[in-house]
Amino acid sequence: MGKISRRTMLGATGGLIAGGLLKTQADALTVAPETAGPQVAQADPTKILGAPTSQLGERAPGEQPRRVMGNPAVAASSRTPLEQLRGIITPADLHFERHHAGVPAIDPDRYELLIHGMVDRPMTFSLADLKRFPAESRIGFVECSGNGGAAYSRNAAQDRSPSQIDGLLSTSEWTGVALSTLLREVGLSSDATWLLAEGGDAAVMSRSIPVEKALDDAMIAYGQNGEAIRPAQGYPARLHLPGWEGNAQVKWIRRLEASDRPSMTREETSKYTDPLADGTARQFSLVMDAKSTITFPTFPYQLPDTGWWEIRGLAWSGRGRITRVDITTDGGNTWVPAQLQDTVLSKCATRFRHIWNWDGDPALLMSRATDETGYVQPDLETLMAARGPGTSYHYNSIRPWRVESDGRVFFGPRDGA
Amino acid sequence: MTRRRQSLLAVMTLASFGCTPPDMSNQGGVAAASVAAEWPASFSIGQNASSAQIAAINIDFGPDGEGAPLGSGSVAEGRAVYDTRCSVCHGATGTEGPNDRLVGRIPDDAFPFGEARGTRRTIGNYWPYATTIFDYVNRAMPMTAPGSLTANEVYAVAAYILFLNEIVPENAVMNAQTLPAVVMPAQNRFVRDNREGGAEVR
Ligand code: HEC
Repeated sequence: MGKISRRTMLGATGGLIAGGLLKTQADALTVAPETAGPQVAQADPTKILGAPTSQLGERAPGEQPRRVMGNPAVAASSRTPLEQLRGIITPADLHFERHHAGVPAIDPDRYELLIHGMVDRPMTFSLADLKRFPAESRIGFVECSGNGGAAYSRNAAQDRSPSQIDGLLSTSEWTGVALSTLLREVGLSSDATWLLAEGGDAAVMSRSIPVEKALDDAMIAYGQNGEAIRPAQGYPARLHLPGWEGNAQVKWIRRLEASDRPSMTREETSKYTDPLADGTARQFSLVMDAKSTITFPTFPYQLPDTGWWEIRGLAWSGRGRITRVDITTDGGNTWVPAQLQDTVLSKCATRFRHIWNWDGDPALLMSRATDETGYVQPDLETLMAARGPGTSYHYNSIRPWRVESDGRVFFGPRDGA
Repeated sequence: MTRRRQSLLAVMTLASFGCTPPDMSNQGGVAAASVAAEWPASFSIGQNASSAQIAAINIDFGPDGEGAPLGSGSVAEGRAVYDTRCSVCHGATGTEGPNDRLVGRIPDDAFPFGEARGTRRTIGNYWPYATTIFDYVNRAMPMTAPGSLTANEVYAVAAYILFLNEIVPENAVMNAQTLPAVVMPAQNRFVRDNREGGAEVR
């Protein structure tokens, strides 16, 4: 980008005028940065005037993370590139997507949330109404309960990255109105035990939610990381159920019906139920159990050198706070506690780190999360014994990452397994 | 809403953001007793919903049959709907795909899904309630024209899918009474979640 664009130039002029410079000076300045521009890295940036301010920020040219997807024509999901992110927050445009009939285009001015059924006063709330109620913000993860399916196998593919295995996980600051506030406003009957939550997308997605959760910490969210929720995450408003499976956190929410029994929708019968080895299927398995994964070093990285490397990763639990993450670098013979990044939030991703001196020998790295209920992330064999090898959803077993002597890293415990 | 009221509302919305004290100690603890004590019995925000407004989008149809729409459809009528509107994605007999397999039973109605991966789940071998067929198809199918079927057509195609799964006879007619009365082979397979955190892995 050699020539400064007309738009950038106008922006520069405006900014400088606002900054109190005389117009003549500003005009003189705008001709100067012929070669300057956000796209070109300078050999010595201290010797050339930098790019002007702008209305909308951009990522550095060399930092362009993308969601991980299969064939876009058929994909109903895209994944957060976990191994490219730091800290715990997912940029909104990298939040994973899972939808069943595309992303609807909803007119915010015509949007309404209807609450009816076992209530004293059936009511509708416009988006402005929702925003006018006392608001709250909380940082929490959303995870698809099918996340991690690629790891639930004794011979899982090894050329898989954390995002390909666990990328249906994202963490945001959600802002909205507590669902309990709305239920108070409509006068929820004390006999109501379930709420049918329904979306305004082309799947008219519907899930039955226990009232207990609705009154505990559920939120009708309209904000994500400080801005309006993105269309793919439920614009203009969605249900946020901290720590519960993503599918139940109905996006584009248009209706809540209070009742005293679940509706038995397709997504709580045919799908999102967990068949067990004893010939039953677990239903309304809504809480996400404690889980963790290393995000570095992992496939597709290759460690270029022996010496000190920091093992980094994420841990999270739908039941509360992560209390510890243990790390092994020798395939589970010895475990040591990782450092947890302050502040550990309930039902939220927690960043862990562990400094490691790699001697160049093959190494098997694993992380193991414990949450405040005392639940310890199980290994694959323990989880398979509890649920059966054919089960679906809630795949929270320990993720092994194998470092080979040439520094390449693969998923899974065994070479060629 | 008048223009004046609208701008007033905008100001108030902004003000409420500005004044809400950040809650640092407790995630999602805004409804703490001390705050709620200052709250009025009602904020008088929102509009009363009329029964017509509710009826327009109150589309769920659960196992109790409550709210089931009027209408009915036979297996024969359902075959016509299926062949023209569904078979392109679900196959001529509901087993061929390319999308979800809708038809299939397992000998003795066994339920081997947890034991090993591989057995395709179908309406006949996995779905616990017949009402879910109506509820779901009425919402979401056909995929490329959701909500385009009449109640009669949805009852009919449900009858046909149940017939293909050998759950109802060829002369069956589905309606608000008969569909909830169908007992599905897998109905008793479903159990409530018994995971509760703590040391035990379930
Ligand atoms: C354009 C392709 C297409 C057409 C046409 C179509 N479907 Fe589907 N159907 C799908 C897809 C894709 C899914 C899976 C959707 C999902 O998982 O969210 C599906 C899912 C279903 C399911 C749920 C299956 C399960 O096991 O959970 C049923 C039932 C169904 N369709 C019935 C019908 C009926 C009845 C018709 C005709 C009226 C129809 N479909 C027409 C593509 C189609």
